[in-house]
Amino acid sequence: MKHLDEYRDAGRARALAGAIARAVTRPWRIMEICGGQTHAILRFGLDQLLPPGLDLVHGPGCPVCVTPLELIDRAIELACMPGVVLASFGDMLRVPGSRTDLLAARARGATVAMVYSPLDAVRMAEEKQDQQIVFFAVGFETTVPGVALAVREARRRGLRNFSILSAHVLVPPALRAILGSPSSRIQGVLAAGHVCTVEGYEDYEPLAREFGVPVVVTGFEPVDLLQGILMCVQQLEQGRAVVENQYSRAVRREGNLAAKALVREMFEPLDRKWRGIGVIPLSGLALRRAWQEFDAERRFALPPAEVEEPAACISGLVLQGAKKPTECPEFGRGCTPERPLGAPMVSSEGACAAYYRYSRGHV
Amino acid sequence: MAHGGGGRLMRELIEQLFAVRLAPEHETDAAVISLGSKRLAFTTDSFVVSPLFFPGGDIGSLAVHGTVNDLAMAGAEPVALSAAFILEEGLEMETLGRIVDSMAEAARRAGVRIATGDTKVVERGRADGLYLTTTGIGVLIHEGELAPWRVAGGDEIVVSGDIGRHGIAVMSAREGLAFESEIVSDSAPVHREALGLLENGIRVHCMRDLTRGGLASAVIEIARAARAAVELDEARIPVREDVRAACELLGFDPLYVANEGRFAAFVAAGDGERAAALLPGGAVIGKVTGKGAGVVTLRSVIGATRVLDLLSGEQLPRIC
Repeated sequence: MKHLDEYRDAGRARALAGAIARAVTRPWRIMEICGGQTHAILRFGLDQLLPPGLDLVHGPGCPVCVTPLELIDRAIELACMPGVVLASFGDMLRVPGSRTDLLAARARGATVAMVYSPLDAVRMAEEKQDQQIVFFAVGFETTVPGVALAVREARRRGLRNFSILSAHVLVPPALRAILGSPSSRIQGVLAAGHVCTVEGYEDYEPLAREFGVPVVVTGFEPVDLLQGILMCVQQLEQGRAVVENQYSRAVRREGNLAAKALVREMFEPLDRKWRGIGVIPLSGLALRRAWQEFDAERRFALPPAEVEEPAACISGLVLQGAKKPTECPEFGRGCTPERPLGAPMVSSEGACAAYYRYSRGHV
Repeated sequence: MAHGGGGRLMRELIEQLFAVRLAPEHETDAAVISLGSKRLAFTTDSFVVSPLFFPGGDIGSLAVHGTVNDLAMAGAEPVALSAAFILEEGLEMETLGRIVDSMAEAARRAGVRIATGDTKVVERGRADGLYLTTTGIGVLIHEGELAPWRVAGGDEIVVSGDIGRHGIAVMSAREGLAFESEIVSDSAPVHREALGLLENGIRVHCMRDLTRGGLASAVIEIARAARAAVELDEARIPVREDVRAACELLGFDPLYVANEGRFAAFVAAGDGERAAALLPGGAVIGKVTGKGAGVVTLRSVIGATRVLDLLSGEQLPRIC
């Protein structure tokens, strides 16, 4: 990973920051979609290098944060069932549901296993034939192909004790909802480079046109982010609004065709509730009919549920770039990583966690 | 579980429960006790690592190194250890044998005697194979006291080698993660290096071995206890490429990843470079900028600064 150094080069970063300062003639508000980008911006202090008036706001790109309470409760419910192991990425474990989180449920006897890949959960299913392994499939477009492969592998191995609880979500429908909101003040967008490695960026082109908002597909290192911001600012200053690709070392316009084909074969879009935001049409993914035997909600016949969000948590506004975490009255007081009100305070991609961890001394 | 992660919750547990009830004189890894003309350091530590064996070590060698290192941080030459085993029913004799052999070998290399011990067996399911507690005594080799209150403005901060290897090695063994090259734990006794600083006339004010919570947590704890403002320079903190790559992959910050054979020393202004030269892989990574509320800032590789804070619990691997 030596190549990372060139994208963390102080000289290049400062040169780009200078170019941004020279390009900007008035205030602009740009949304970085991905929580990984928010963390990099605060971790490296990139916000300190930007000219005053250039405002970066956080977007919905934290899959853990937007997973609705109902699905987390459901995961906990499954983990508490005898004979069921809930396998999850580590990031999900501390996220509060309506009553508790997975780590706390585990401490009280629920069976929760932390895995690094959905294929680990398939292997677990093969080893523990007497138990039902449910993989909590959380993530944006980036993680779906891995889950698709795992389900296909489970069928190939004839495993009848593997299923997934799908919480998969898609970026473009969410971005449409945010930009289309009458209160939106977002003028430019940094799209998430990793998401676009899979799906490409064709889906962003109508959004840029329709809402007159430039979109720059951007990576995650300091030099990437500053370059993406510069490209976005240049478009704004010139009155252009098209999709450009800063992250061309990893992203092609059409994306990864093999991965896309696999996902389309096995998953179909459905309306999905986003935590704090509400239902966004066709913004989630569920297994298609031919693969539904691997759908945990069907296998365990879980009834539909509806849960109220805690009123004090403004994570919905944070995830839409309408408020900064530090504008929340509970930030650092009623809501901390030890005792979170909402998911963005505990996820490693959460905006509130990033502000809490990296910039409390400055605010 | 987060109370054991070496972060903020563990701090709260120590300050609000143990310190209130037990009222120790000083908050250091080893206590200093005077017996006649001799000044002794006294410490204890429990080990619950899973898996029991990992690249570069095992729970046995780890338990020797951990306690030897706590003594060394007080400026003491380790003399003797005790070892108390809690064994889970069903633990293979062969496994136990290998661990005890490893302890004996680690003690021999460190020049310390395992003088006494105890063994208890608990039912299957009541322990994770084997838990091990080591207690150690050592003799102080210097007149002064090494403690946070001695930290002064202008002090330089030295780290004894590259950071983050132990945490990544254990993680890769525990989870079966395969990285391009095997990352081997840094588990080792550091007393010769640490005492070498004192013997060579380095004006050491405070030392702390980097364990759970990593370099960042150790420096933050000293800064808070000393009420000192500290600035670290990210570009000067040694992290091996493979460790950095593994951290990038998992979404970890190497500053918070565990070590078992590294320490940080706060030394008087002007002694930093000489101290770093005495340590294989040592580096001056920052300085005390003055008095303060114990705030540690990190100058990032691109030159901006941010505040380092204790983590709330353990770092958990991210999704993508």
